[in-house]
Amino acid sequence: MIRFILIQNRAGKTRLAKWYIHYDETEKQKLIEDVHALITVRDAKHTNFVEFRDFKVVYRRYAGLFFCFCVDVDDNNLAHLEGIHNFVEVLNEYFHNVCELDLVFNFHKVYSVVDEAFLAGELRETSQQKLLKEINHLHSLE
Amino acid sequence: MPTVAKDGMRGLAVFISDIRNCKSKEAETKRINKELANIRSKFKGDKTLDGYHKKKYVCKLLFIFLLGHDVDFGHIEAVNLLSSNKYTEKQIGYLFISVLLNDGNDLVNLIIQNIKNDLSSRNPIHVNLALHCIANVGTREMAEAFFNEIPKLLISKEDIDQVKQSAALCMLRLYRAAPDLLPSGDWQNRVVHLLNDSHLGVVTAASSLIHALAEGNPDALSRIVTSTYQDLQDYTYYFVPAPWLSCKLLRLLQLFPPPSEQARLIECLEVILNKAQEPPKSKKIQHSNAKNSVLLEAINLIIHLDNDAVCPLLVRATNQLGQFLNHRETNLRYLALESLAQLAQCDFSREAVKKHLDTVIQALKTERDVSVRQRAVDLLYAMCDRSNAERIVQEMLAYLEAADYSIREEMVLKTAILSEKYATDYNWYVDVILQLIRVAGDYVSEEVWHRVIQVVTNREDIQGYAAKTCFDALQQPACHENMVRVGGYILGEFGNLIAGDQRSAPLVQFQLLQTRFHLCSSTTRSLILSAYIKMINLFPEIKTNIEDVLRSDVLQKNSDIELQQRALEYFKLSAISASNTEMLATVLEEMPPFPERESSILAKLKKKKPAAVKVIESPTNGHGDDKAKSLPVAKMSNDPPMPAAAPQQSSQDLLVDIFATPNTAAPAAPAAAEPAYGLTNMDDPFGINSSPAAPPTAAAAPSEPPPLIDSHCQKFFLKNSGVLFEDENLQIGIKMEFRERLGRVQLFYGNKSSSVDISNFKANVESIEGLKISTHQEAPNTITVGSQFQHIINIESMKDFDNFPVLNISGLYGGKYLALRIAVPLYMTKFAATATMDANQFFQRWRGLEKPDQQSQSVFKTASIDREAGMFH
Repeated sequence: MIRFILIQNRAGKTRLAKWYIHYDETEKQKLIEDVHALITVRDAKHTNFVEFRDFKVVYRRYAGLFFCFCVDVDDNNLAHLEGIHNFVEVLNEYFHNVCELDLVFNFHKVYSVVDEAFLAGELRETSQQKLLKEINHLHSLE
Repeated sequence: MPTVAKDGMRGLAVFISDIRNCKSKEAETKRINKELANIRSKFKGDKTLDGYHKKKYVCKLLFIFLLGHDVDFGHIEAVNLLSSNKYTEKQIGYLFISVLLNDGNDLVNLIIQNIKNDLSSRNPIHVNLALHCIANVGTREMAEAFFNEIPKLLISKEDIDQVKQSAALCMLRLYRAAPDLLPSGDWQNRVVHLLNDSHLGVVTAASSLIHALAEGNPDALSRIVTSTYQDLQDYTYYFVPAPWLSCKLLRLLQLFPPPSEQARLIECLEVILNKAQEPPKSKKIQHSNAKNSVLLEAINLIIHLDNDAVCPLLVRATNQLGQFLNHRETNLRYLALESLAQLAQCDFSREAVKKHLDTVIQALKTERDVSVRQRAVDLLYAMCDRSNAERIVQEMLAYLEAADYSIREEMVLKTAILSEKYATDYNWYVDVILQLIRVAGDYVSEEVWHRVIQVVTNREDIQGYAAKTCFDALQQPACHENMVRVGGYILGEFGNLIAGDQRSAPLVQFQLLQTRFHLCSSTTRSLILSAYIKMINLFPEIKTNIEDVLRSDVLQKNSDIELQQRALEYFKLSAISASNTEMLATVLEEMPPFPERESSILAKLKKKKPAAVKVIESPTNGHGDDKAKSLPVAKMSNDPPMPAAAPQQSSQDLLVDIFATPNTAAPAAPAAAEPAYGLTNMDDPFGINSSPAAPPTAAAAPSEPPPLIDSHCQKFFLKNSGVLFEDENLQIGIKMEFRERLGRVQLFYGNKSSSVDISNFKANVESIEGLKISTHQEAPNTITVGSQFQHIINIESMKDFDNFPVLNISGLYGGKYLALRIAVPLYMTKFAATATMDANQFFQRWRGLEKPDQQSQSVFKTASIDREAGMFH
């Protein structure tokens, strides 16, 4: 399962943090810092998966943002990697060429997108068409 | 300015811009506090806020919280938002609660009430919001309140797909939070049917739920219906149909044992493997990643199935992964190495994996990502066997020199285990360990260097070599403390073997240790002192030199109590030995061989990396090296393992009381004739204690009798008990007692396996010329798993005899036919009885033996001095 999802920029600012396991605030902060430290030193010659405490982090960098999924050790790496990409493509479609600022100003909407695609640490919906249809519908409501 | 939707909370956007424009932390805090004050006053104000404003302020509060500031109000307003009918307001309300909910909040009940309302709403969007909130919060309280309500949503015929998706995953979250509260009922079976749903999103969600339920309770969900896919249009991702769903289903299948009808499954797997080899439909990385994610999951499933039918698939998988080893993508190389390590453990694919040895070694040397190199190490460890052990250990040693500090200890353990397990030449093993100490001394844990000493002590043939290599190593300028420890011990025990050579004369050895002495920690120094006293015993010529050291104030008044005590006692011991030469020699006799127990190195590796150790634990054939000193026996009693001398002791005591109560005579004797003693030596992963030549086992009854096993007999010449025979499945212990011409032999048959009984067991010993043999207690018919049974025979010696009687054994071990012929080590000398006589009587008899055929003479070489000393003292 996915333990948590983080979207961070290179400076370490968190643009989204979604937790699927209970941690208290100080733990969350520590995790955010540790993941950031772990990821930002890696470059193209490294793999997209890295062991982290008792789990692993599958991540990918899109422009200035790192999308990190912290998952169980025996999870399928490539499936999560493409899960990230799928999610990013949906965001891209919805926000019409998404950029970091979109995520900042519409943070409350990003959460609803996340909840459509993932729930309880698992994939909820993978079809981009269905996702976009639902999200566009929801956000057209009052 | 980024797009703001038509409900756009303008105020929110402005606020966020303000914060971003703040030049400093203080400015930011100031702005935030201003806003907090504003919102507080608005919430407390007389005018009730309308939904829009409430939503806007709650959203602002949320933003402030996410920035990292404390927010301690606003919860009530958020909960109020829940009762609104407007989606946007509800959504913000739920979001605030899921992010900021603290336990024990008074509002929990109110929240639960609101959620209940939404769950039963006719509007699926509201239902979904409620479900999402439950799943996001996922506390035990939520479980208590809602666990029983949600299954209805899951299996209802009316409900909409989106609701089912959310409900399934909501159940999953609650199940993880409170597995004991799982509602019972038929709904679990109905959930399985969701796998057939036409909406693949529902199938995806349901499969996650089913996976978790099946893990928790494998029997309950054994009927998984295979689903038919329809309308994959929406679910094709870069030309790969429904990759995530495929992965999920493959993973689900791994929870269950292989189906009885495997053909269809194997067909599917073959299709996946075929697709992997087709040219890619798209150049994009997403396509290949998606395709490969399914491939890797399929390979996991194949490994899980692990039976004859999938054997060709395993080989194909190995080949496919082998190609990945050279792929441009680092990800794929990494994953290939990881999967190959698992494949190396399957019997069918092991050979195929070994073919890639060169590539893997290359990877070890050239990969730039350390985690990829680590996977290469793991793979080398997994694929290591007799044929490539030397090369692999060599590579691992080379890698160790440059390796990351964090992985060194693990590598040391692995190298030590591999070099011991696959050593054909134990000199090489000693070299490897000493090199380990030289290269990574700090990371060589106690278990490793203790082990090398154990091995050297137990194997006579390498003692001299070990002494020489340690001596040389100690002469190097830079010498790790672990090396001093090992060297000190070895020279103390076996320094005499190289003392003949001028360059390693006793005095030189002593001085060598002495130069290191002060650089070492006190534990090492204590060890060296013990070596010194042994040297006094071995080399009296340097006694005064050593005594001078022991006598010195540095030691005798040392603040470390252990050192002081040792120095004083050893000095005294040495002083006394001038008048009583026997005592020193007795005290400092050569250490007896160590008893076998489970390798502590393995145990340590297990603690560090539980997964890795699975590889070595499967028992391999012990490479019964004849030169090993016969290691002491399996525990027949419950006493702690004793060196070789002791069992001899106890059986001699038994001679007194022999046929009264055969099993209770001596204190060390086992409990009365009952099966199932605790067997030791079952954990003998390195097979060092196995006796030579495992017998041939045929699948059917053999047409000719198996060869006679008798090489062990010599070791029983003076001993009356020990391990008669041992292989992977069966261990036979023997205990013999004699009184004049009568003897009783107890045979203990132990089943070493943990899963298979030995059935149809027959064992008998036939009389031979000169020995009348009868059965006192029959051998058992079945030897159950992990237990030991007795078989007792009586022997009467009628006249002199030449041969050994043969123990014939037959049985069935899990379908395999077992047949053994083992010689029972009875010598004439065992039936000899003492006769007391004085000198006169003796010489009378002696002189009476005059006839030519009563005399005989033969000349033979002794085996070695030490062995003689052991036998005849």
